[in-house]
Amino acid sequence: MDLFEYQARDIFEKHGVPVLGGVVATTPDEARAGAEQLLGGQPGVVVVKAQVKTGGRGKAGGVKLAKTADEAAEKAGEILGMDIKGHTVHRVMIAAGAKIAQEFYFSLLLDRAERRYLAMASVEGGMEIEQLAVERPEALARVAVDPRTGIDEAKANEIVEAAGFPTKTSPEVAAKVAAVLVTLWDVYREEDATLVEVNPLVLTEDGEVVALDGKVTLDANADFRHADHTELEDKAAADPLEARAKEKDLNYVKLDGEVGIIGNGAGLVMSTLDVVAYAGEAHGGVKPANFLDIGGGASAEVMAAGLDIILTDPQVKSVFVNVFGGITACDAVANGIVAALEILGDEASKPLVVRLDGNNVVEGRRILAEAGHPLVTLADTMDGGADKAAELANAAA
Amino acid sequence: MAIFLTADSKVIVQGMTGSEGTKHTTRMLASGTNIVGGVNPRKAGTTVGFPADDGTVEVPVFGSVAEAIEKTGADVSVVFVPPAHTKGAVVEAVDAGIPLVVIITEGVPVKDTAEFFAYAQEKGVRLIGPNCPGLISPGKSNVGIIPADITGPGRVGLVSKSGTLTYQMMYELRDFGFSSAVGIGGDPIIGTTHIDALAAFEADPETDVIVMIGEIGGDAEERAAAFIKEHVTKPVVGYVAGFTAPEGKTMGHAGAIVSGSSGTAQAKKEALEAAGVKVGKTPSETAELARALLS
Repeated sequence: MDLFEYQARDIFEKHGVPVLGGVVATTPDEARAGAEQLLGGQPGVVVVKAQVKTGGRGKAGGVKLAKTADEAAEKAGEILGMDIKGHTVHRVMIAAGAKIAQEFYFSLLLDRAERRYLAMASVEGGMEIEQLAVERPEALARVAVDPRTGIDEAKANEIVEAAGFPTKTSPEVAAKVAAVLVTLWDVYREEDATLVEVNPLVLTEDGEVVALDGKVTLDANADFRHADHTELEDKAAADPLEARAKEKDLNYVKLDGEVGIIGNGAGLVMSTLDVVAYAGEAHGGVKPANFLDIGGGASAEVMAAGLDIILTDPQVKSVFVNVFGGITACDAVANGIVAALEILGDEASKPLVVRLDGNNVVEGRRILAEAGHPLVTLADTMDGGADKAAELANAAA
Repeated sequence: MAIFLTADSKVIVQGMTGSEGTKHTTRMLASGTNIVGGVNPRKAGTTVGFPADDGTVEVPVFGSVAEAIEKTGADVSVVFVPPAHTKGAVVEAVDAGIPLVVIITEGVPVKDTAEFFAYAQEKGVRLIGPNCPGLISPGKSNVGIIPADITGPGRVGLVSKSGTLTYQMMYELRDFGFSSAVGIGGDPIIGTTHIDALAAFEADPETDVIVMIGEIGGDAEERAAAFIKEHVTKPVVGYVAGFTAPEGKTMGHAGAIVSGSSGTAQAKKEALEAAGVKVGKTPSETAELARALLS
């Protein structure tokens, strides 16, 4: 789960990472109150920042300065509701202004290939890091981090030195940055993060090192030991079908297409989406409407819940059920489909193509053939099923 | 021969007395795996009966992995314990000095995997998984949850991130059979990689053709392509799932995500093709490519 900047800021603060004051607001009035709180009646500057989970908001006009609380409210009014790369802005963060002397970059992430962590740091922060990595790779230090020892003082010093901080000429700054890196490790480890990025990490004119903007990704597999992480979910932004699927514990991703997909196993379902997309090329360009993995069990209840989600997607014109019975027997899946169609009754109104193979397939196909449901077509192969489902979707479109 | 797992492998099950462990121990035994024990400190000294051709077979339960090794000479452990306890189970197995640990459990926090992988690597222990279906050397041994009845022994070696695509490919090539099929798992950090399996198949005299199945996320396939170019002389056929996956969405497997422009199926396919690997557009086309090499 990716966090918003304001959530990352709060988590940073909790673990002792130096941050500036920040207040989240969903209306101009809240923005005004937040700015008043930060300015405390003194002259100064606040920054109104769009909270979206995408980059490039500055260029899109999603970050504006304000000198008064009223101005902050006005700027918030401009930014709220804005569309930034397909993300609607529902919140802004009012952040205290800072006089920036220098900008740095730091991130800690998974190194999937080496199966450990990787720290990346640069004394040239603020810009797009992908761009820096390509144009001047020597300016971006990469330091391996052992997952068991993490970033202790020695490792922090190693990173700071590798990044080219002037440890000799201004040792105070280097030492302050190193201390911040140790606190960022605490965030990474204690929150079960898979990414902690600070861009920029700044040196202020009065000599403080502060995390000005942060990006944090949390590991959903670790939710069982972080009860507080569920509160960080952006429920409003989720697609309504995805939200419903999640409530039912279904592994569903909404896509933009006409052929609903149900399968078992993540790899097989991904593959099914591809095969349907290829088949669609010959049938008016229809595409897969979703990813839905019903997992190993594939009971009647799970099948019914899955079909229910897919059939309520108004874009869906046909459904392709693609199951390879490994541990799950095909007769159980077939019974699941028959029962699901009974449960759904009249709601089941779109044609279903079913391909079963593997464990007990003969019995599975017999059950479906015998039930003879008018909406169900049996397919012998995955490619044949995909083609039939694409054809039916195109005919109904 | 086969890879990682042979007819001589002596297997213990961590989590054998749980519901998943019991179910799959039954299946592993039925497919001929030499299961020599289970581990559960609260049930140490007891035995568990499993159905067998001639009645039942009693499998002893030991208090620790170390005790199980001492009493049975076990050299493979398969882990079915829940995510919250997986790290403890793997560390125990590594400490006990078992050379191969196969972790089936799905949903292990990546921090735990990173930590126990680092430890296993230091101790020279091979891990397979987590979040994987395990591996099978048909006719010899079967560790994990891969159905044993899809096909039999043969000369194809298969390595895959996905369980059901492993089954699908074994089914497509069932008339040829497999030396070994290894499901390495779909998590961001996994113990055995495509490269490890490719190297083992290259060295295995019982394997003639290698089929490699990848999916979106990370750059394991690109790295495997570079390895194939340098080190693999046997023909390799590839398949990559997830061409239609949108950016930024996790597709079922925790590691299956396209981030920005990295981890796309297209990039993986191109890298493999540049290394001389024939890549199929669909599982059936991939099977046809392998078939052409085998017949």
